[in-house]
Amino acid sequence: MVVALLAISVGAAILSGLVTIYYDVPRQMGAQFRNYGANMILVSSGTDTEFDLDAVQDAVSLISGDELVGVTPYRYETVKIHDQPVVAAGTDMNGARTTSPYWHIEGEWPAEGQALVGKTEAEHLGLKVGSTFNVTYSGEGDEEVTDDFGTDMTVSGILETGGSEEDYIYISLDELEEIAGDGSLDIAEVSVSAVKESLNDYADRINNADLGVSARLVKRVTSSESSVLTKLQALVLIVTIVVLVLTMICVATTMTAVVTERRREIGLRKALGASDGSIIGEFMGEGVMLGIIGGILGAVLGFVFAQFISMNVFSSSISFRPLLLPVTVIVSVAVTGLACLSPVRSAIDVDPALVLKGE
Amino acid sequence: MSLLQLKNISKIYGELKALDDVSLEVENGEWLAIMGPSGSGKSTLMNIIGCMDKPSVGEVILDGRDIAKESDKGLTEIRREKIGLIFQQFHLVNYLTAVENVMVAQYYHSLPDEKEALEALERVGLADRAKHLPSQLSGGEQQRVCIARALINHPEIVLADEPTGNLDEANENIVIDIFKQLHNEGTTLIVVTHDPEVGEVAQRMIVLDHGKIKTDRVNPDFGK
Ligand SMILES: Nc1ncnc2c1ncn2[C@@H]1O[C@H](COP(=O)(O)OP(=O)(O)OP(=O)(O)O)[C@@H](O)[C@H]1O
Ligand SMILES: [Mg+2]
Repeated sequence: MVVALLAISVGAAILSGLVTIYYDVPRQMGAQFRNYGANMILVSSGTDTEFDLDAVQDAVSLISGDELVGVTPYRYETVKIHDQPVVAAGTDMNGARTTSPYWHIEGEWPAEGQALVGKTEAEHLGLKVGSTFNVTYSGEGDEEVTDDFGTDMTVSGILETGGSEEDYIYISLDELEEIAGDGSLDIAEVSVSAVKESLNDYADRINNADLGVSARLVKRVTSSESSVLTKLQALVLIVTIVVLVLTMICVATTMTAVVTERRREIGLRKALGASDGSIIGEFMGEGVMLGIIGGILGAVLGFVFAQFISMNVFSSSISFRPLLLPVTVIVSVAVTGLACLSPVRSAIDVDPALVLKGE
Repeated sequence: MSLLQLKNISKIYGELKALDDVSLEVENGEWLAIMGPSGSGKSTLMNIIGCMDKPSVGEVILDGRDIAKESDKGLTEIRREKIGLIFQQFHLVNYLTAVENVMVAQYYHSLPDEKEALEALERVGLADRAKHLPSQLSGGEQQRVCIARALINHPEIVLADEPTGNLDEANENIVIDIFKQLHNEGTTLIVVTHDPEVGEVAQRMIVLDHGKIKTDRVNPDFGK
């Protein structure tokens, strides 16, 4: 009996634990994947509407607040530093921190009057953290400089990403405007913590909203995200089913042993006039009790187990799902009930006449 | 009409006729002993009278119902309502106390009633052992619990299969005394026994041999 209870508890624990993780993993993994950068980009859809911060804001407002990790606008202009053409990106530094968490900065994020300089460009221009430089803007082509004296800026940090970002310098949008005048945004990166389907959904909604903004998904990130998730969830599902089947076998074995052990008692009860119904009721009742107690125990254990895994793998805690308690109990009662079917059948097949057989 | 009528019954196991064309009538209030060598068919007969088995051939009329025609459910009901069983091995439920063992029979019959169960134990002289587990009782005491359980629902027939087979002389006499008391109260008693002393005190005795009734006689000394 204790063995059966243990089996049910463990089964229920794994069930509730894995289900908790099953539902929590997309969120957790999403947060993890968001470290690899934006999974949606917004560009101008080429209509008359200007692609500016307001347009971006309108587009982003279609995304649910708790799923939106960050949004970062970018405007690229070619400027001159020490007479060398350099691509300057005007952006929102706070946004960049959220959409590009993988950026590695030697030094500090820039404040006013400061710039983040890509590693390649810094080497090319001979700039170090703390160096100052003068930026001028020549407009399109090789025309005369609009502002003769240019703008002086300090290098707050060197940006290392291993990608094309190292070829640019990053300054705030306002400062780029001061240097190069008004201009529209080129792109906005959005990081959304959502599965592929709802990402697609958001993109469609933005594209259909006629905001002059078109949204595209960064395929590389989103599809690898969802394929990993699908595989993981399938794995969790299979493990859960296997564990439930094992639990059922264990309970069935124990109950069969109990019935065999109590054959004489069952025979006696039948000889005393116990109906099949009351024999079924008695053993099923025992099974259901086992299921309920095991289920409750398991649900609690499972939460601890899920919490432990979450803490170790994702280093974040998970919230208890109250609905999981009744679900776990119902599933364990169903599993024990199913497991009791054949032992109970053999219990009602016991011949009452065996009480008159000498042993 | 007799309480129990067996009309030409046989129980056939393959080649073996455990009972071979047995006819028997038992009157209400009669005390019958069934004797015979091992394998003569005594338990087979008990199983049929106790509604735990049906004959292969023949009719068994108990209180006007033919049990050969009853379903398993019907047999269960007759067992519950009309039969009290006493066993050689007592068959007490080992995790229940004496009084709870008596109440098991009440449970399947009607409603457990502890007061009534305690009175039944008192009748067999076990009032002070009511809260003991079977393992804490002697064989004789266990047999008396078994008798109390058989009597609790006021059955029409009390069947006992070797009730004294596992008891010493003193306890055997206690059981015989209880049987006498039951007989005086009008209970129909059918007792299977090897023991001549138990057979001799009955009102009537039949002897089985190879599934047939060899002797059927009324005890001339009965009641003396
Ligand atoms: N279920 C069965 N299947 C086959 N043969 C059986 C079965 N039950 C009893 N028998 C046979 O029927 C015969 C009568 O058995 P029964 O148990 O009635 O004897 P008995 O008179 O009670 O003997 P004992 O005094 O040893 O208890 C025996 O030969 C036995 O082997
Ligand atoms: Mg026998």
